[in-house]
Amino acid sequence: MNVRQIGAVAAASVLALGLTACGDSGKSSGSGGGSGAKFKVGIKFDQPGLGLKEGSKYTGFDVDVATYVAKELGHKASDIQWVQAPSAQRETLLSTGQVNMVVATYSITDARKEKVSFAGPYFVAGQDLLVRSDETAITGPETLTGKKLCSVTGSTPAQKIKAKYPGVQLQEFGTYSECVAALVSKGVDAVTTDNTILAGYASQAQYKGKLKVVGKPFSEERYGIGLKKGDKATCEKVNSAIAKMVSSGEWQKAVDANLGPAGFKVDTATNPPKQDPCT
Amino acid sequence: MGDILSKYDILGAFGLTVYLAVFSAIGSLVLGTLVAVMRVSPVSVLRLLGTWYVNIFRNTPLTLLMVFSVLGMTYILGLNLDPSDIKGNATRWAIVMLSIYHAAFVCEALRSGVNTVPAGQAEAARAMGLTFGQSMRHVLLPQAFRGAIAPLGSTLIALVKNTTVAAVIGVAEAANLMAVIIENETGALAVFVIFAVGFVILTLPLGLLFTSMSRRLAVKR
Repeated sequence: MNVRQIGAVAAASVLALGLTACGDSGKSSGSGGGSGAKFKVGIKFDQPGLGLKEGSKYTGFDVDVATYVAKELGHKASDIQWVQAPSAQRETLLSTGQVNMVVATYSITDARKEKVSFAGPYFVAGQDLLVRSDETAITGPETLTGKKLCSVTGSTPAQKIKAKYPGVQLQEFGTYSECVAALVSKGVDAVTTDNTILAGYASQAQYKGKLKVVGKPFSEERYGIGLKKGDKATCEKVNSAIAKMVSSGEWQKAVDANLGPAGFKVDTATNPPKQDPCT
Repeated sequence: MGDILSKYDILGAFGLTVYLAVFSAIGSLVLGTLVAVMRVSPVSVLRLLGTWYVNIFRNTPLTLLMVFSVLGMTYILGLNLDPSDIKGNATRWAIVMLSIYHAAFVCEALRSGVNTVPAGQAEAARAMGLTFGQSMRHVLLPQAFRGAIAPLGSTLIALVKNTTVAAVIGVAEAANLMAVIIENETGALAVFVIFAVGFVILTLPLGLLFTSMSRRLAVKR
């Protein structure tokens, strides 16, 4: 009886401790966001080479660009709070003020310009193909007839393939990781999306040497930094920050560090890009 | 909102949603009934198998089953349900996985229905000399179905909504089209409203139907 009571008290106190521990950690991250001292940047959390969260570490080209731009805007790297910005939520995150800017493989399009303002572009990517390194038959989009391709459900590259190359069989998955897994297991012949994303996967340690990017981009995706609609002042500051990043050589360093390991060559005809005037 | 409706084939996408739902509903009803019979059968091995089935599939995320069907079953094990067409294969696997997943819920709903039948009825059926199969078919299952209409209806409504998970393997149903529209037109409230209304139109009449059926078909005891 006595033992059981002591046990119950012990269990209850341990439980309470656990609850307070959770409450504390939740509060510290939550209040940090609420106080306004943090500079909140929306990035992808699941895109190797561009924006990837591993534990509490964030790596990738988008992360490096965002860090540099934030520094130029007067925010220390330690003041940046990274927020996950899935493709479908990028406009909402910006218009409701949940993030200050979005650097998440965010292509500048007219439809999006109606909802948000863009600074940049800071990189011009293009739709390309990722194949197994022993692949010789696929050398560009015109060699795809009858092949099995993989891309993400509803994404622009998937739509383009369907519209332009009807002879191609397209498998769609929720994320590119599943596509790459299907490619490695020989279920599909190629994965298609922006060459930056493909280079990011090819650079991952577990795929090194097994995959290669074909290197014949057949579209132009101009990555911009998403800002709240009409914020012209910030847009101009961000643009000059990007220009400075390019001229100082930091831009090239970031490209080499994040996308270089798989032998990815930047298309120098379009890169580094000239920034659009802010509107 | 008007140009979204005219630019995209929303009806066609919901058509595929209904197609998935109808075939998976049939599949899960057949499979679920089979498993339910196994779970109440006098053979302990069958009971064990039935319990095992429910415990495995009731607790497995549907997304995982879907991705596994294409990534694992098709690409690694080579079980292609439509070798000529990647989309057809994905659609058929989606129906199979939806059936397998919801069969676990159908089984549990039916088992609860069987438990509403007083034990005396089963004993009376056996006393009359009916075999297990006969007593199931003529005495227990008809009453079990009528007793389990409400939970079966909930399962069917859940199934209709769960068809959206098939988007993760590229089946071009409603959620897939929503992803396309959000990508092209940005994520606006109007887009969500259109698809939410679509699913309300699909599920609300089902809910009303099953409520009235469960009232009319209830076994008076």
